[in-house]
Amino acid sequence: MSAVPRTSSAVVLRTEGIHKSFGGNRVLSGVDLELAEHEVVALIGPSGSGKSTLLRCIDLLEPIDDGRILLRDVDISDPRTHLDRTRARFGVVFQQFNLFPHLTVLDNVTLASREVHRVSKAEAEQRGMELLDRIGLADKAREHPDRLSGGQQQRAAIVRAVATDPEVLLLDEITSALDPMLVGEVLALVRDLAAEGATILMATHEMAFARDVAHRVVFLDGGTIVEQGPSAEVFANPQEARTREFLARFSAG
Amino acid sequence: MLIAAVSTVVFAVAVWLLVINTPGWARVQDSFFDPETAVAAFPRVAEGFLTNLRILGYAVVGVAIFGTLLAFLRTLRGPVFFPLRTLATGYTDLFRGIPLIIVLYLVGFAIPGLLDVRIPKELLGTVALVLTYSAYVSEVIRAGIEGVHPSQRLAARALGLSHAKTLRLVVLPQAIRKQAPALMNDFVSMQKDVGLVSILGAVDAIRGAQIETAKFADFTPYVVAAVLFVLLAIPTIRLADWVTARLRRREQMGSIV
Repeated sequence: MSAVPRTSSAVVLRTEGIHKSFGGNRVLSGVDLELAEHEVVALIGPSGSGKSTLLRCIDLLEPIDDGRILLRDVDISDPRTHLDRTRARFGVVFQQFNLFPHLTVLDNVTLASREVHRVSKAEAEQRGMELLDRIGLADKAREHPDRLSGGQQQRAAIVRAVATDPEVLLLDEITSALDPMLVGEVLALVRDLAAEGATILMATHEMAFARDVAHRVVFLDGGTIVEQGPSAEVFANPQEARTREFLARFSAG
Repeated sequence: MLIAAVSTVVFAVAVWLLVINTPGWARVQDSFFDPETAVAAFPRVAEGFLTNLRILGYAVVGVAIFGTLLAFLRTLRGPVFFPLRTLATGYTDLFRGIPLIIVLYLVGFAIPGLLDVRIPKELLGTVALVLTYSAYVSEVIRAGIEGVHPSQRLAARALGLSHAKTLRLVVLPQAIRKQAPALMNDFVSMQKDVGLVSILGAVDAIRGAQIETAKFADFTPYVVAAVLFVLLAIPTIRLADWVTARLRRREQMGSIV
């Protein structure tokens, strides 16, 4: 790998030769990826290139067929891994927000703290309110998610994911289901989190955002990594023909 | 307003012509709607009705627990759970098929014979109700569980919630909310079916009415019992309507048409 991460800090997450098929459909065929502490990596690639599947495999929501996933040098793809405890170390945000409609915004945000991390209700709610206050949703804390706009829902979902201080944040095309007008507020929040030193792996179609915020870009196509490197370099001077083609389509329209 | 009033008057006249004006009305009124008998029979019928309420209370709790458990078993995936799943499916098929009255006989007379002990009729009646209604309710809950979008489960598991907590905190609350109207319907029909425990000899409102009917040679006590059951059902029915309407409003929120 030619690209050097921003800092020389420790590798938090590493995948080695991940293979994954659904039925006869091969989605990932040998993905090697590294994510350093405080690093922001953007996964780009056409639809169906395996970005979402890769994120789900990393969060152990899908079992992998072959390869290894190492979280701080511990193999979490080992069948003996405690799945719930490991998943709790990641924060995941989905394309469709997936807030729990029967719970208030605050309960959504504090659920994992209370039920998984055994934080007291008072403490969890205090932290939840702080986070909601930060994103300007404190007055919506007692509302149900259906009272919020799409952008507000997605920001609440991001806050839900970071409320437990996860070691890695996995963002799965979090702006793809939003009105173009609402994308900005969500990306601004991710930008803040990145600036605060969160370790983020995000699948995205927002190329301008990836170029600005991500330290590194990984171009995935057909279930393999075609090209990766510092975002400025990959966007300015893509080495592979497939990358050039993909990026050209985006800048064209 | 005026139309409603006129229509009501016309309807009342029709009822008078068709029912009250019939040759046998006086006789029917005397043996079904006799105020004196109603007053005299009321204490025993009302006391029996308290038994119905008690049985209903225990049965609701029993059905909630057993019905949810059955629904949970039926939603288990994977070959490991095949026997449990099949058992639960067979159970619901069986108990939705058997008439409640036969379940009452089987439980009411077979279990005491089997164990050779004296068991209160009220308890046996409660068990029979729980067995039958759990089968219905589990189907309703199962449909609700399957109606909760898989992404909800995914989001819960991604937070690190266990399978059991995902079910309890995320899936079931949504399933039950979604199925509230159907569950309320089952509750209303269970309210009346509680009266069937009388066939086991439990002294409930209907049995009480039967005793009073024998005493006065007059069917009015049954009508008294019927009125009590209706009074019990009306609030639930109204509540069910309200819940259904509210759910519909919520679902339609955000759309203009």
